[in-house]
Amino acid sequence: MANLKVNYLGVEFKNPVVTASGTFGFGMEYNELYPIEKLGGITVKGLTLNERQGNPAPRITETPSGVLNSVGLQNPGVRYFAKKIMPELKKLNLNIIANVSGSTFADYVEACKIVDASGADIIELNVSCPNVKQGGAAFGTNPDTVYEITKLVKQAISTPLCIKLSPNVTDIASIGQAAMDAGADGLSLINTVSGMAIDLKTRKPVFHNIVAGLSGPCVKPIAVRSVYQTYGKTKAHIIGMGGIANGNDAVEFMAAGATLVSIGTMNFKDPFTPLKVIEGLNSYLDQNGISDVNELIGCAHPEGKKI
Amino acid sequence: MEKYQVTTAKIIKMENLCGTIYDVTVENDYLAKASKCGQFVHIDCGDEFVLRRPISICEVTDTGIRFIFDVRGKGTKKLSEKKVGDTLDILGPLGNGFAIRKEKALIIGGGIGVYPLYELAKQVETCDVALGFRTKELVTLENEFQNHCDNLYIATDDGSYGFHGNALSAVKEKLERGAYEAVYACGPLPMLKALKEITDRCNIFCQISMEERMGCGIGACLCCNIKVEDDGEEGFKHLHVCKDGPVFNAKEVLL
Repeated sequence: MANLKVNYLGVEFKNPVVTASGTFGFGMEYNELYPIEKLGGITVKGLTLNERQGNPAPRITETPSGVLNSVGLQNPGVRYFAKKIMPELKKLNLNIIANVSGSTFADYVEACKIVDASGADIIELNVSCPNVKQGGAAFGTNPDTVYEITKLVKQAISTPLCIKLSPNVTDIASIGQAAMDAGADGLSLINTVSGMAIDLKTRKPVFHNIVAGLSGPCVKPIAVRSVYQTYGKTKAHIIGMGGIANGNDAVEFMAAGATLVSIGTMNFKDPFTPLKVIEGLNSYLDQNGISDVNELIGCAHPEGKKI
Repeated sequence: MEKYQVTTAKIIKMENLCGTIYDVTVENDYLAKASKCGQFVHIDCGDEFVLRRPISICEVTDTGIRFIFDVRGKGTKKLSEKKVGDTLDILGPLGNGFAIRKEKALIIGGGIGVYPLYELAKQVETCDVALGFRTKELVTLENEFQNHCDNLYIATDDGSYGFHGNALSAVKEKLERGAYEAVYACGPLPMLKALKEITDRCNIFCQISMEERMGCGIGACLCCNIKVEDDGEEGFKHLHVCKDGPVFNAKEVLL
């Protein structure tokens, strides 16, 4: 049994496996199936300052090896989260990563302040949601805006802050660099890839928003490349995600530079995927004579440690 | 007992009922004990599919559950190719079932919406059943429903069997006359809309089983949203078919 403990932004994780925002609610539905305390942590559904009802149906459709979604940040708002949900989550022995989004700079700051006081272990700033009209990816695709918003939020909170990046940019590493220059503690990537589907009966777009977010195993190579390039440029502490389905996928992300790996879409296929990733990661390490999972982080890079 | 589990169930019956509709019975003690009428299961149709397929429970048997589905795409096509003796990876039972009342009930189903109502028909004390199908060849479960109701009304869209029209047209007059204290329905949206209009107007207890494209099946991903009435600013809020439904009170749903 190798050491699976990692430290991310000063927070101790019992293993590097967490769940991705929007795929795991606030954890309680999956806690019916297995004790979610077995995970390193969970990332909660994207929160906004005020409650949001999200987009009209349909919100999901299957693609080859993935799904397109257009949920549009339906959530009960940060105040409800801080008052009703965090106290329940705090009873569990796992780290809570709170994903926060907004339509304006002021919204982001205000929402983050409330989450900051709620006892969340890490705040993940969502500047990359493709399914909302204002804010979201509109902020995350411009390095200057990412710099500005990161700086404003960082000044307002004491919780460690990571910025969740969109892959729908020319150079994801430079956006990551802008966030780090502005004082972010870490990065999280990737959010969904911009995509679209047409309904064959109506010959019109499936989703009201026309475009939607693609996730699942089909985006994994894009995600691994993004983590590799971003880690290469910034050496930031990264939460890596995009189609992770098993321990071997997790090894790829960590070798590319991720400290934590996040399980998203594959929870829908098999709710036990995060546990299987922990097991698979552990057996990979054992089979390859690696005694500490930390040795994997960034090892794919030319200057990476030989293990 | 847990609310739901991921479990492996062996297929003990697999029959092509008509057209592309398949009748499946699986063996699984947990599902036999835990399932209630109106709930559904989320089935893994094979490695090539990232999403499970939600299918309503048709009957809870002594040793497992029975479900009937129509081939609508690649996933259900793959499911239809399974054989007796094969196993299925099933997440369930999921959602909330029907609230069974003692009074005289009307059970009304259209198309594949007929099948989620069979276990209910078995469990209610006294009911009439109205079932609508596109055409005569698709009329199914007629004898089975007959054994569990006072009056069975069959309707076909093309008039090739029973009443000419939809299931509601066969019983509309009786319903408006106040013959039923409770109504349970599942079927096409136009039928549910028309039914909601009548039960709202006549103030009759009515529950409908809804469907929507679904992700996780347990209330985490928030994909299978439907609109319900709300006092707040927007006048509506989104609930989710998998966790808050699939059975909703017709009165609160905005169709």
